[in-house]
Amino acid sequence: MADIVVDQVVKEFGSHQALKRVSLTVNDGELVALLGPSGCGKTTLLRIIAGLETQTDGRVLIAGRDVSRLAPRKRGIAMVFQNYAVFPHMTVFENVAFGLRMKKASGADVKRKVERAAALLHIEPYLDRYPGKLSGGQRQRVAVARALAVEPAVLLMDEPLSNLDALLRLEMRTELKAVLREAGTTTIYVTHDQTEAMGLADRIAVMYGGKIDQIGAPLEVYATPATRFVGGFLGSPPMNFIKLRSKEGTVQLGSTSLHAPANGDVELGLRGEDAGLAPEGTGLPFQVRVVEPMGSHILLTGAIEGQLARIVAPPTAQVRPGERLGLTVDPARLTWIDAETGRAIGRG
Amino acid sequence: MTVMVSETAAPVRPRAMALPSARRLLLWTGLAVLIAWVLVPIYFVALGAFGGRMGVFRWPKSIWPSDVSIAPMQQFLAIEGVFNALVNSCIAAGFTVLFSLLLGAPAGYALARYSFRGQNAFRLLVLLTRAFPLAILALPLTVSFIRLGLYDTPFGVSLIHTVLALPFAALVTQSLFMGVPREYEEAAWVFGCTRFQAFVKVVLPLALPGLAAAAIFAFVISWNEVFAASILTVRERTLTAYLLKILSESPLHYRFAGGFILIVPSVLFIFAVRRYLFAVWGIASK
Amino acid sequence: MPTRASFAPYALIAPSVLFLAALFLWPLVQTIWLSIADGEGTSLANYERMAADLNFSLAIRNTFLLTAVVVPIQIALALGMAVMVSKLEKGRDLALWVLTIPLGISDLAAGLAWLSLLQNSGYLNSALYGLGLIPGPTGWLSQETPFTLFLGIALAEVWRATAIVLVILIAGLQLIPKEFAEAAEVFGAKPWTRFRQITLPLLRPSLQSALILRTVLAFEVFAVVYALGGRNFPVLVGEAYTWQNDNQNYGVAAAYAVLIMVISLAATAVYLRLLRVNPEQLP
Repeated sequence: MADIVVDQVVKEFGSHQALKRVSLTVNDGELVALLGPSGCGKTTLLRIIAGLETQTDGRVLIAGRDVSRLAPRKRGIAMVFQNYAVFPHMTVFENVAFGLRMKKASGADVKRKVERAAALLHIEPYLDRYPGKLSGGQRQRVAVARALAVEPAVLLMDEPLSNLDALLRLEMRTELKAVLREAGTTTIYVTHDQTEAMGLADRIAVMYGGKIDQIGAPLEVYATPATRFVGGFLGSPPMNFIKLRSKEGTVQLGSTSLHAPANGDVELGLRGEDAGLAPEGTGLPFQVRVVEPMGSHILLTGAIEGQLARIVAPPTAQVRPGERLGLTVDPARLTWIDAETGRAIGRG
Repeated sequence: MTVMVSETAAPVRPRAMALPSARRLLLWTGLAVLIAWVLVPIYFVALGAFGGRMGVFRWPKSIWPSDVSIAPMQQFLAIEGVFNALVNSCIAAGFTVLFSLLLGAPAGYALARYSFRGQNAFRLLVLLTRAFPLAILALPLTVSFIRLGLYDTPFGVSLIHTVLALPFAALVTQSLFMGVPREYEEAAWVFGCTRFQAFVKVVLPLALPGLAAAAIFAFVISWNEVFAASILTVRERTLTAYLLKILSESPLHYRFAGGFILIVPSVLFIFAVRRYLFAVWGIASK
Repeated sequence: MPTRASFAPYALIAPSVLFLAALFLWPLVQTIWLSIADGEGTSLANYERMAADLNFSLAIRNTFLLTAVVVPIQIALALGMAVMVSKLEKGRDLALWVLTIPLGISDLAAGLAWLSLLQNSGYLNSALYGLGLIPGPTGWLSQETPFTLFLGIALAEVWRATAIVLVILIAGLQLIPKEFAEAAEVFGAKPWTRFRQITLPLLRPSLQSALILRTVLAFEVFAVVYALGGRNFPVLVGEAYTWQNDNQNYGVAAAYAVLIMVISLAATAVYLRLLRVNPEQLP
């Protein structure tokens, strides 16, 4: 068990700066998800921690030891790769045993630990088979078992579920959470899928443009985004941003006046599910354009102040396209954003 | 009713089967002619090789094998120098395989896995060899080979044959190594391997069939080469050099026997690597 | 790309670079030097001697003629083979194997195989005799029958080296997505139109490399010619061989070598220019 400290890491590819002085601390036993769109630097950061990539500047410490210049095999890590990287020319048993064999563990030790990891991931029936005959989900289990078998101080996972189909992904996510909880290994989990990050992580670090925009518990990041990007990236539908002008600390929206934390150009961040439907004339005026019944809820697309907004309504709501409604909001759940910097400036 | 008719009129059949029968006949006839075109000369040289002295002068000849026996081939192999030439050919081809893979595979790996300054210059050097009639380079090498004691040895011949096979080996192994996902190697590093261990444990086993194909190609390149082998040997001739030398003075049936021995391994080799043939040449001709 | 071990790629290519420098680039320079060396200084004496030789103009003419006849036939034949084979559903692998057998056959062996057909009492003459066309064994490969000698050599060359073109073209065809031809078919293109408008243009890079490879090798033609005609049909490489081995005159042999290299390079340059491949037009 170990903690990970990423200290002011910079990575440059030629003139392009992929990581701009990123710092991050992952506590012992914690699972942190690096979440962000492709190209945000999350995979690069993970590969630097693994030692597969060398940082241009900065340090990486694992369990207090500076591993910045060590080869991957000397860092005490295990990794699960995006395409599993399960060796096709070895049986499942040999795959899971690979790390142990490289450590020159005794035969009995290898057998015991492989069997334990196999039991954890429910792959005992396939131990004698070659990976070519396994499905994607089974290969995924082998990859995880191989990583856990070496009892690593740190487990790194690079989009491990992205190659599975949707249903299997959901199933594996739940199972992965249970397995990782039991193993209690310090884990960094890279993903671009917000539901994975929300469901699995103790904390989420949202990355954008080579920086960490916000790090915090999943619900905290969701409810109180630190930047416009975080609010827009998390949540489905994404947070709505309404450009407004604030005078003397107040914004007037139809018959509702809201207290704004700044004057001038501001943006109001509103989660689609945080608005309640009300008759026209009360609350924020909302013009419905498209109504999409999604089963568990109804998705309304329309305009607030002439700007696109998506509102989540209960499945029983009776709304027709073209209708004008009012929206009631809880000021405490609103996010105010500085239109210029894109950073949150206050709530309510 | 019309719907029914059109449904039965459009049976579900593979596309090629749906070719009009006249065109299919044409296709099969054309292919049969082409296949005969390839096989007939081989068949006749085999008849010549096993027909012996009498077979060569029989007139008119029958296209069916008659009086064919193993004896003429045994006689041919018993001629002084023939067996030695056969051995020399094998030695030269063996060394060519060894050198072209030992030199070419690391270069192929470098091209597949790294991007480095001078990469394009190296690629150009490799491709440049193809615009040159390489065997001709044996001409100036005669003098330095005599000085180095390499002249008239199968080893010396294999060096110039390696120049022929090396660019090929480098390009083929490059694509082989590119076909082994980088992730496999990275996984091996993470789980405790050094770079070399990862190569031996993971990359090599996965690239092995392709490497075998590349080796066979190198063998055939050396086995078949005539010009450089003839220039660089006098007594320790390879089979091709030996046959070229005796062309004007030996009886026809010996020439046919020699030609047949040259052909046999090639045919078997092409059969062995047929799965790789197109992939390999697709790469090497880029 | 790990940048850490930046010396690694150089260490990996170093052996082959050194090898090619020693046995490709250095002999290249040596050849040029040998051809112009004259005692202490340099002169074109070797070239003059080469050009003055009786066989020189014959060798030039024969080599070019052979290349000009053989290469286009090979390309056309290989294209035909490739198209036919691609139409096959069953037996495709077997047909391809048979058609590519000559790829592994030495030019010397190819010459000998055709010698068994074309020699005085060979199978061709037997067939002609059987048809009542000739009275008895007839020579086709002597100095007195230059045209049939040329024909025989050309046949053997086409037989031997069409396979390599076929393989390059098939490899190229495999890279062309099927959807293109299918799209064209949906829009009403007939097979011949599809072949001309879709397949051929997309096959251009393969055609280019096949042409370069075949032409360079065609200028090197030697063993096939020797097996069938001996010295009755002088070609450039054959002359270089004779000057080197029989006359022991390395200078003139080197002059021939330089000439062959210049011709090969010129041919390559011409092809690269004529068949320029625009990378933007490739899938």
